[in-house]
Amino acid sequence: MRLRPECRRDMKAKIIITPKKAVLDPQGKTVQNALDHMGYKNVGAVHVGKYLEIELTGSNEDEARQQLEEACHKFLSNPVIEDYRLEIVE
Amino acid sequence: MNFAVLQFPASNCDQDAVHVLGQVFGHSARLVWHKETSLGAVDAVIVPGGFSYGDYLRCGAIARFSPVMQAVQQFATNGGAVLGICNGFQVLCEAGLLPGALIRNRSLQFRCEHVFLKTLTTDSPFTNQIPAGKTLRIPIAHGEGCYFADAETIARLKANQQVLWQYVDAAGAVTELANPNGAVENIAGICNERRNVAGLMPHPERACESLLGSEDGRFIFESLIRWLEKRPGTKAA
Repeated sequence: MRLRPECRRDMKAKIIITPKKAVLDPQGKTVQNALDHMGYKNVGAVHVGKYLEIELTGSNEDEARQQLEEACHKFLSNPVIEDYRLEIVE
Repeated sequence: MNFAVLQFPASNCDQDAVHVLGQVFGHSARLVWHKETSLGAVDAVIVPGGFSYGDYLRCGAIARFSPVMQAVQQFATNGGAVLGICNGFQVLCEAGLLPGALIRNRSLQFRCEHVFLKTLTTDSPFTNQIPAGKTLRIPIAHGEGCYFADAETIARLKANQQVLWQYVDAAGAVTELANPNGAVENIAGICNERRNVAGLMPHPERACESLLGSEDGRFIFESLIRWLEKRPGTKAA
């Protein structure tokens, strides 16, 4: 059965995962050096991370956020070495 | 002794581990597929090297949630001996069975070469047969073997003698040059506080036969076998 259009509220989670500041980030350092060699001045530290987009099927944003916070902490990021930012958009 | 060698999709050192335990040491070694929910009657578990689940997301991150790993968690909680080699070390860290994490090599290179290891303590199921002062020559093959843990964790590892192996030069000195991946304090392998779970990036299973250029890996398996044999309640093998 199709939901009535006014009940549908597709959401999407955007998750950005970056290495913690204290963790060695050789990729970031290498990209920073390359930018410098290419002549892009005023470029400071670079951090290379990951970006995930997750399509959500429910309509309760608080519930989705709670579940994804848990998933980020348990699985999608490793708190020993990474930080994450979670955003839910419609 | 009965060894379980886990097998994930894209494990690739599982057969080597079975070969060494079975053919070199004459013990029973059985592959256990990642979908199994039970290990059966085993004395020790080897989490082998490879690229489990394609190293997707993070090395070991997906393997750690496989059904067999729940059984390994229970086995370790009951005091069972678990040794993670290379990707197996990454899996055990992701699983929280060992502290810290393995990140991209500082050089960004995949390093495939023999390294030298210093054993910091013989007080573990994995090091008790390693002669004092012996520098082990064992190969590594990894792109993400740089051990990292915060300063507090490192201090605790050192205080509890949980650092089992460090990368050293041929003379046995801990130097920056001898560190193949940028690991904190040249750490190559550690154990948990209870000392029944250990992980290391080098591959002892690739160094158990003279044909392969080194037999130093034998000391690690001999340690484990000796420990299992001496454990109270263990029948003679």
